[in-house]
Amino acid sequence: MSELSAAFGRALAMIATWDADLAEIVGLSLRVSLGAVALATAIGLPFGAAIALYRFPGRKVIVVLINALMGLPPVVVGLIVYLMLSRAGPFGVLDLLFTPTAMVIAQTILITPIIAALTRQVIEDMWREYEEQLRSLGAAPGRAVWTLLWDGRFTLITVILAGFGRASAEVGAVMIVGGNIAHLTRVMTTAIALETRKGDLEVALGLGVILMSLALAVNGAAYVVRDVAERRVG
Amino acid sequence: MDGRPATIRSILPLILDRLTFSVGGKTILHELSESFDAGRRTLILGPNGAGKSVLLRLCHGLLQPTSGVVRWAGSANRDAAAAAQAMVFQRPVMLRRSAYANVDYALSLRGTPRVERRARVMEALHHTGLARLADRPARVMSGGEQQRLALARAWALRPQVLFLDEPTANLDPQASRQVEHIIDAIHAAGSKIIMTTHDLGQARRLSDEILFLHQGRVLERTPSDRFFDQPQTAEAGAFMRGELLA
Repeated sequence: MSELSAAFGRALAMIATWDADLAEIVGLSLRVSLGAVALATAIGLPFGAAIALYRFPGRKVIVVLINALMGLPPVVVGLIVYLMLSRAGPFGVLDLLFTPTAMVIAQTILITPIIAALTRQVIEDMWREYEEQLRSLGAAPGRAVWTLLWDGRFTLITVILAGFGRASAEVGAVMIVGGNIAHLTRVMTTAIALETRKGDLEVALGLGVILMSLALAVNGAAYVVRDVAERRVG
Repeated sequence: MDGRPATIRSILPLILDRLTFSVGGKTILHELSESFDAGRRTLILGPNGAGKSVLLRLCHGLLQPTSGVVRWAGSANRDAAAAAQAMVFQRPVMLRRSAYANVDYALSLRGTPRVERRARVMEALHHTGLARLADRPARVMSGGEQQRLALARAWALRPQVLFLDEPTANLDPQASRQVEHIIDAIHAAGSKIIMTTHDLGQARRLSDEILFLHQGRVLERTPSDRFFDQPQTAEAGAFMRGELLA
């Protein structure tokens, strides 16, 4: 217990002093995870909605597949991206290994299935309510996808947050493809792993507190936005 | 209603040829053959499970018949026929946007040029008494207002045929009356009305003819003044006396 309170004290001290190293780590964590969320949202929302609306052979297989991919182990994703980006790999020439870009790619692969699978579920439930009305009005599936995504925007905020939570919390993928290089690819989770291994538990816990506070702040802000907007728009 | 170009050909008559619909081994409609011309307001009456809603959905193209045909004699082109119809459901489905935007959305789906849309949306909202509420989010409107908005959305499309499936089933008497007035106005503006209802008083007020459906078959189709005074079938008589039909 004393260790925890010491960690909180350390975290507060770290936040209060807010040195450049800490700012760098927190900033990179946010940049990588938000970048991955942005990409995964751009891919996962339309993809998930399309699977919800279109009927085609093999659709059920795809649904099961993305649902299963929600549980992708981060280290495995990291390993695959590592192989792709390493010198000998197909994308080796891009020279992306051990860069923040590689970390964004790995996290995007990790969370796109989460966003796509949850979006599919949300849009499919909505489609049950909207289908007759939209078909009556003459909305082809290609148009209905965007209509439903916009109409489900408040629920989909939660879906996107689930992706953000997964991305900001994972350590395995960014560790492998980023390498936890100081001032270059060190993010909060990899720093926590490092400090723990070094035995500097207070710093590790302090970083953990900051990480959890960030998650809390992002989720809280999203909740407020959703709540206010939903009460206004219904 | 003004502005409907005279050059647009009527998609009517609507012809149903031995229309059958079954689901899960149960036949909902049996070989129904009917024809609907422009003008008259046709109300479909019948006990629960008679197949009224299914019949509307088959006509409107939301369901595919198990056998038989739905044909718009005036239009060989299915898309053109679909674009000349609208439907109002028992429970209106409104998009999470303003009343105005809901009507505008329907017009944009039909390819109405943006410059024409504003006037048509406002006209439809005005006709349904909703002009004041144009900016209100549709989902926070009352049930009656939402149903009027559904009618505004349908009206803005200037349909040749308007299907209505129990449009007042969830509404209080005052809201029902407003809906009835709007349906009458849409009819007066030139739309063919085909509608189902549970409410005999409403059927009497709104209909020119009654199509009485029972167990998936048309038992009679009678001008409404005659239907309510002397129904041609025992079942229709029993239905109007409020007796349970086997």
